[in-house]
Amino acid sequence: MNINAEVVEQAKPAIDADTRNARPLRLITCGSVDDGKSTLIGRLLWDTKAVKEDQADALARDNRNQQNGLGLPDFALLLDGLQAEREQGITIDVAYRYFSSEKRSFIVADTPGHEQYTRNMATGASTADLAILLVDARTGILEQTRRHATIATLMGIRQFVLAVNKIDLIDYDRLRFDEIATQFRQLALSLGVTDVTAIPMSALLGENVVYSGKTNMPWYVGKSLVEVLELATQRSAQTVGFRLPVQRVSRPNEGFRGYQGTVAGGSVKPGDSVVILPSGTVANVKQIVTFDLVRNAAVAGDAITLVLDRPVDIARGDMIASIDAAPASGLSFEAKLVALAPDGVSAQKRYWLKSSSRRQRVRVNPKTLLDLKSGQWNDADALPLNGIGTVQLAFDEEALFDPYETNRNTGAFILIDPDTNNTVAGGMIVARSAAVDGLSSDDGLDQTLLSLPSDLAKKLMQSDVFKAMREQIEIRHTSANRASSILRELD
Amino acid sequence: MSETKPPLDPNLKALESEAIHIFREVAAEFERPVMLYSVGKDSSVLLHLARKAFYPGKIPFPLLHIDTGWKFAEMIAFRDHMVEQFDLDLVAHTNARGVLENVSPFTHGSSVYTNIMKTEALRQGLDAGQYDAAFGGARRDEEASRAKERIYSFRTPDHRWDPRNQRPELWSVYNGMIKKGESVRAFPLSNWTEVDIWRYIKAENIPIVPLYFAARRPVVERDGMLILAEDKRLKPLPGEVVQQQMIRFRTLGCFPLTGAIRSEATTLDEIIDELETATVSERQGRAIDRDEAGSMEKKKREGYF
Ligand SMILES: Nc1nc2c(ncn2[C@@H]2O[C@H](COP(=O)(O)OP(=O)(O)O)[C@@H](O)[C@H]2O)c(=O)[nH]1
Repeated sequence: MNINAEVVEQAKPAIDADTRNARPLRLITCGSVDDGKSTLIGRLLWDTKAVKEDQADALARDNRNQQNGLGLPDFALLLDGLQAEREQGITIDVAYRYFSSEKRSFIVADTPGHEQYTRNMATGASTADLAILLVDARTGILEQTRRHATIATLMGIRQFVLAVNKIDLIDYDRLRFDEIATQFRQLALSLGVTDVTAIPMSALLGENVVYSGKTNMPWYVGKSLVEVLELATQRSAQTVGFRLPVQRVSRPNEGFRGYQGTVAGGSVKPGDSVVILPSGTVANVKQIVTFDLVRNAAVAGDAITLVLDRPVDIARGDMIASIDAAPASGLSFEAKLVALAPDGVSAQKRYWLKSSSRRQRVRVNPKTLLDLKSGQWNDADALPLNGIGTVQLAFDEEALFDPYETNRNTGAFILIDPDTNNTVAGGMIVARSAAVDGLSSDDGLDQTLLSLPSDLAKKLMQSDVFKAMREQIEIRHTSANRASSILRELD
Repeated sequence: MSETKPPLDPNLKALESEAIHIFREVAAEFERPVMLYSVGKDSSVLLHLARKAFYPGKIPFPLLHIDTGWKFAEMIAFRDHMVEQFDLDLVAHTNARGVLENVSPFTHGSSVYTNIMKTEALRQGLDAGQYDAAFGGARRDEEASRAKERIYSFRTPDHRWDPRNQRPELWSVYNGMIKKGESVRAFPLSNWTEVDIWRYIKAENIPIVPLYFAARRPVVERDGMLILAEDKRLKPLPGEVVQQQMIRFRTLGCFPLTGAIRSEATTLDEIIDELETATVSERQGRAIDRDEAGSMEKKKREGYF
């Protein structure tokens, strides 16, 4: 049988070499109810042949609202995995769909478009490389679109596809499409996202989804959705410092001691010097062991077993890191948080925080709450369900993090309620906090006073940079006259 | 392993690393994990990944096989061979009550039979071992209700799954905190598709039950399914004739409930080719999913895997 297999493989090397030459691309679809999200995902699965005939038949047997006269199954029914939801006709949770083109495999996080979406969207977006934002060509960009784009950006997504759907209902109007696309590019830019592809689309008719929509849209010379997805980039943690969060210590016999985990950043090779955190012990890498062979290097994403050149005390939850680019360690960190549970997140409670393989107690001090409507961060001392805000984390024991911006693995965490054991929040590290006890203790540092119009100050205070530094900044409001007299005093 | 094995393609490598990560995380966080081993192709992949995850150590937990007594004979032979070859710690459990009451797929219908010999048996097996985590080989692409299942799927003390009350799961940070009596089902293959499984079996040269490869075998046609007629307990009904046909199985379960497909695919490459052009899903041959729409969800709520 093996010999046989080899021969066949040689006979068609071209196909094998071309297909699946990349990791699966993970994406999320966001849209308001009735924008056509189910239709789009259904269309993707149908046109890439990920849906099989018997699955379509099972829907026919359900005998409810037949989709249309196109001989297609009712996509919404196809996707609604759960009976209870099906009865109510709504999707309430995150579902994952799988399809592949000739060139790549895709994992789609399918999240509902109704009001309680923040929690689900944050979940789906946490692992996504790209977001598809769906709008109805007849209505264009809505407040919802801004919300979805904001959450996606917050969760670290930097690639957007704007699907201007139902283009068939506006007679494939190019001007209208251009107008919506321009509007969206501005919105994305305000969130710091420049990688935007806008596609005029009819999910229902399958135009510019998998197949080209040339016939009705000769003016559109861009790619179909699947072609864009095939070329999308993946966020890689390979260029940052080496990180191995230790999951378990393997000691099959007296002679072997290996540290097992998945490389969460950078790369490693035998001979590299590493530091073990939080202890600060230093060692060199002796071997990278895997089932197949002893390897001469490992990179982010690889599940490995690391052997060091000397006996050191390492336990689950410790981190092995590059000696010259270690993560931040400290007792206090600034983070962004998405509250996922009905009770929200409060300063009164002590939570468990889990990040990589490390779990420790933490106190959470909410600072601001994001108003998704306006994009402003307002002062707050608690986060309600679906609330997004900035918080200060205070630990009893040393914590180890990278900013989420530089490393999505070592900068992410969840909060667990110790009473219910439920996951109540997802968090992203902004930075280690400076001296928690305020400015006064820092008399060695130079300070700069600014005086500026209050509306400008307000804008500045709502910026991310400012929020991240909030602990280090003192603010007083006063009249223009008084401000200039204080400044004159200093001159 | 052989030094000449070509490296995995990035797609399979990413899936493999993720699965190994999940195995290690569960083994580290739970006191009494167990791996559900059904002898099928997904279980074969799961077993292979478990060996890789804990290498150079042994797999640090037992395997549990829920034996309904109606599995294909070749499955049981294969299972025993694996146990011997890899020195596995295997626990086989059969529902004694069901045996005593002669519960069979022929006399009780697929629904009652599955409930007693599989779902109830699984609960018994898990309770007997007091396992707090059980690995399973389910994939999200298999069936609609699986698409929403978490990688760590929380179960109440009576093994129930509440699809409306699942814990949010972000990044690859898994919440393994449970109270006494509660448990978690962990699914390292969640993000694999059927084709991934076959490509991986080929790339890693993983042994599987020969029934997956096409061969001439005796079958009868019943309720639109091709049932293997090798076991003496299968009595052809009036009008049914045993025919020799070129068939194979896409999934393996209990022989009276698992339909074969007509196929010429005798090698892994031919199976992969066949799949890529297939127009029906793999569960199509399973009687259990066809009873009623939403039947899988219902069974899962009751504790079915
Ligand atoms: N004409 C037209 N109708 C569409 C298109 N996409 C979706 N629809 C229709 O819009 C309605 C809502 O679509 P659905 O996919 O259920 O929306 P969802 O709520 O976002 O999942 C359905 O009646 C679809 O048939 C499209 O591209 N063109």
